[in-house]
Amino acid sequence: MSTLHTVNKSPFANQTLISCLGHCKDGDAVLMIEDGVYGGLGGTGLTEIMANAAKTVELFVLSPDLNARGVDASRLMEGVQGVDYAGFVDLVAKHDRTQNWL
Amino acid sequence: MTVKNFLYVNRKAPYGTIYALESLEVVLIGAAFDQDVSLAFVDDGVFQLTKGQNTDGIGVKNFSPTFRALGDYDVTKLFVEAESLAERGLTPDDLQEVMYEDEDDDWAEKPSIKIISRAEMADVMAGADVVLSF
Amino acid sequence: MKFGVVVSEGPYTHQAADSAYLFVKAALEAGHEVPRVFFYHDGVNVSTRLSVPPQDERNIQVNWTALAKEHEVDLVVCIAAAQRRGLLDENEATRQGKDANNIADGFRISGLGQLIEMGIQTDRLVTFGD
Repeated sequence: MSTLHTVNKSPFANQTLISCLGHCKDGDAVLMIEDGVYGGLGGTGLTEIMANAAKTVELFVLSPDLNARGVDASRLMEGVQGVDYAGFVDLVAKHDRTQNWL
Repeated sequence: MTVKNFLYVNRKAPYGTIYALESLEVVLIGAAFDQDVSLAFVDDGVFQLTKGQNTDGIGVKNFSPTFRALGDYDVTKLFVEAESLAERGLTPDDLQEVMYEDEDDDWAEKPSIKIISRAEMADVMAGADVVLSF
Repeated sequence: MKFGVVVSEGPYTHQAADSAYLFVKAALEAGHEVPRVFFYHDGVNVSTRLSVPPQDERNIQVNWTALAKEHEVDLVVCIAAAQRRGLLDENEATRQGKDANNIADGFRISGLGQLIEMGIQTDRLVTFGD
């Protein structure tokens, strides 16, 4: 049993991503969408926390949201995977429940 | 009928936005569906349960007494995260008392609010079939 | 698989209604069912047929109405949230003594019970909001 978590806020604006990571179980996945995609950037003040989370949780960003914001995929930290909307749908189907961190 | 575990996750403070009130409205309506219902109060959501709310000066209805009526709707599991309280300088004493009568225990009065750790909250979340976020 | 979707933020200010639309489209294209989308909080504002965005912009309500027609998605607008925000269908407008109604084709106003029912009857619930 596992959960797909979605986060749609920039981690530089509020604590939502950090709170989400604090409630993840091993084998869960976190998909960052909308302004949440900034959480996937490498070389930020949060990269260490994210790298630590990536040991037990799969990290994804929604590529259309990343592209819209002019962030090249090469700027993502290691271990963060891009998915399109079809991939988003697959993640929802694959995990037993979805928890949206609004 | 299928009975699912519904978890209402409250992460926002009351009054600044309508989410807390409209979450409560879903809980009250949802109670009629005989599902297994739990409420989680995490992050700023813990502010929803504080004592002494007085909205006289802001022209908005004080809905905090509604939490005390939840027991009548068989909504008796209000999980509050200890770390979220502590981070905000709150203790359990700052929260209002919410009680219910346990029909399986000769209608004994029991507290609905359970203070649990972040790790336990993660377990509550992982045990839900349906998560509604507010 | 059956997906239920909640839209809990209004159109144009927030991306939520756009994200939800693209998600529902992708789910249907992948062969999943989306029997219902529930609009709550400011999300109810998606359902007004009176919005007139510039012609070179997407029209969020029109997109939803078209999707609902093509795939028989039940677009439900929460009545309590809608009444607070001035969204009325013909029946409600008459009942409340108002001189106009504004709900677009493909949307219907109903109670919060429809949200709970969606949670019970679908395999997954996804919420888009702020």
